[in-house]
Amino acid sequence: MSEIVIENVSKTFVTKDGTVEALKNVSLEIESGDIYGIIGMSGAGKSTLVRCINYLEVPTEGRVLINDKALGDYTEKELRKQRESIGMIFQHFNLLMQKNVLENVCFPLYIQGKKKKEAHEKAKELLEIVGLSDKQKAYPAQLSGGQKQRVAIARALASDPKILLCDEATSALDPQTTSSILELLKDINKRFKITIVIITHQMSVVREICTHVAIMKEGEVQEKGLVAEIFSHPKSAVARELIRKDSGSDSDRKRSAVQSEIRSGEIIRAVFSANSSFEPVIANMVLTFGQPVNILKADTRNVGGIAKGEMILEFPADCSMTEPMKDYLRERGLDVEEATGYVE
Amino acid sequence: MWSEAIIKMMIEGVGETLYMTLFSTILGYLFGLPMGVILTVTDKGGLKPNKVIYKILDVIANVVRSVPFLILLIVLIPFTRMIVGKSYGSTATVVSLTVAAIPFIARMVESSLKEVDPGVVEAARSMGAGTFTIVWKVLLVEGRTSLVTGATIATATILGYSAMAGSVGGGGLGDIAIQYGYYRYQTDIMLVTVVLLVLLVQLFQTAGTMIASRLDKRK
Repeated sequence: MSEIVIENVSKTFVTKDGTVEALKNVSLEIESGDIYGIIGMSGAGKSTLVRCINYLEVPTEGRVLINDKALGDYTEKELRKQRESIGMIFQHFNLLMQKNVLENVCFPLYIQGKKKKEAHEKAKELLEIVGLSDKQKAYPAQLSGGQKQRVAIARALASDPKILLCDEATSALDPQTTSSILELLKDINKRFKITIVIITHQMSVVREICTHVAIMKEGEVQEKGLVAEIFSHPKSAVARELIRKDSGSDSDRKRSAVQSEIRSGEIIRAVFSANSSFEPVIANMVLTFGQPVNILKADTRNVGGIAKGEMILEFPADCSMTEPMKDYLRERGLDVEEATGYVE
Repeated sequence: MWSEAIIKMMIEGVGETLYMTLFSTILGYLFGLPMGVILTVTDKGGLKPNKVIYKILDVIANVVRSVPFLILLIVLIPFTRMIVGKSYGSTATVVSLTVAAIPFIARMVESSLKEVDPGVVEAARSMGAGTFTIVWKVLLVEGRTSLVTGATIATATILGYSAMAGSVGGGGLGDIAIQYGYYRYQTDIMLVTVVLLVLLVQLFQTAGTMIASRLDKRK
């Protein structure tokens, strides 16, 4: 049984202007040790969904189970106890502004009734892990965004959680700081075997660290599965849209320019999904067959050591080796299809 | 006119005013702070929303605050007599000042606590903190600068009220101003009492602002 099971969860908010269905029959299973991304545009219901995992939001319908136990069955006291094993970090860090860094990290320990000395020791260890040992006495107002998020991460880890929820944890940070925070999260996931659930609207976050992803739109999960799978074979329109945005908008423009210049042989789409990034598949093919294959478009990236994405290749006109070359690519695990959609 | 007796009277007046103001403020906070906390917690969107409790406290606060203080002083005479045994003098004034201060302080506290970033409250909830812990360790701590600023305003307001009590024999500088300055046309004495009152307010305000800024770690 999965560590976190979200079972047919719906959430309806009643507002002055009528009811809002934030979640519609959402089901997800998150295994222990996963880094699970939940991505969607703002208003897709992802923040509500993540709050259902620690019951900060109580679902209108459906169940949430953590290690086979339904959160809805807990008394308030038991629920508070359960929350201690689920850490959470936020977009705006939500630190105590009137307390210094050390006291902020100690805060969850004090809630659990730990003694000051014990709490301080633990907090110092954690600040070491997040690389802020020298900032113990600083106040949050004196820290940068990235440093504040590190304090928040140390605080979330203080109670030795099994699960860490990240609500747009990098959305208020610049790209470089984002990367360093994501590295830290990855490290924490490996080191402490903590399951991480990441809410984001940035596909780059999912690409960089997630193992699994669920794509949400208007309160519903459109698509879910392994990140590698979804990057190579996005089924839903939202997924394709998010991936396209991530890969940068410039490839569209270049495409039409290239197209007008060269149009001679057969054009194929080669989809990478299982190849090692370190294997130069196309170059090897060119060397093997001695044919000048033209790369019209290449949009691949390294996802956890595996090449993901697609290339549009053009074979030379009247080439007799077209079929063997296609077989060569298929043998190496690429999906080859006619690029009909490409030639417009 | 600056006989020893008058100087002594002035000093006693300052003492009585301080006694009334500080004692009423402290007593006012003893009841007003919990009342403000309950108003915050039970309000819609609070930690434990409760329409009935909120409405009751809300109405009490509004009613007491709409009665002019002078009227409240008179209405409370039987109550004051019951508690301190007499209805004039500075101790008697403390009773009515406290009653007037409680709802005022409660509103100040309520507004200070509602300023606290709801994100921090949510973070505390996510860590498993209960309502009491959140009030004690988050709201009162994060709201402390605003609470101290509120307390400064409350103290100055209560000091003003205490002077008003002079008109019904309440003691303190206000009493002197009315007895000598108004009824006996001794304008100089009245002026001195007014200057002393201004100085006291100035003193509280400066002290309050200083403490508030010393406590604030947000900069």
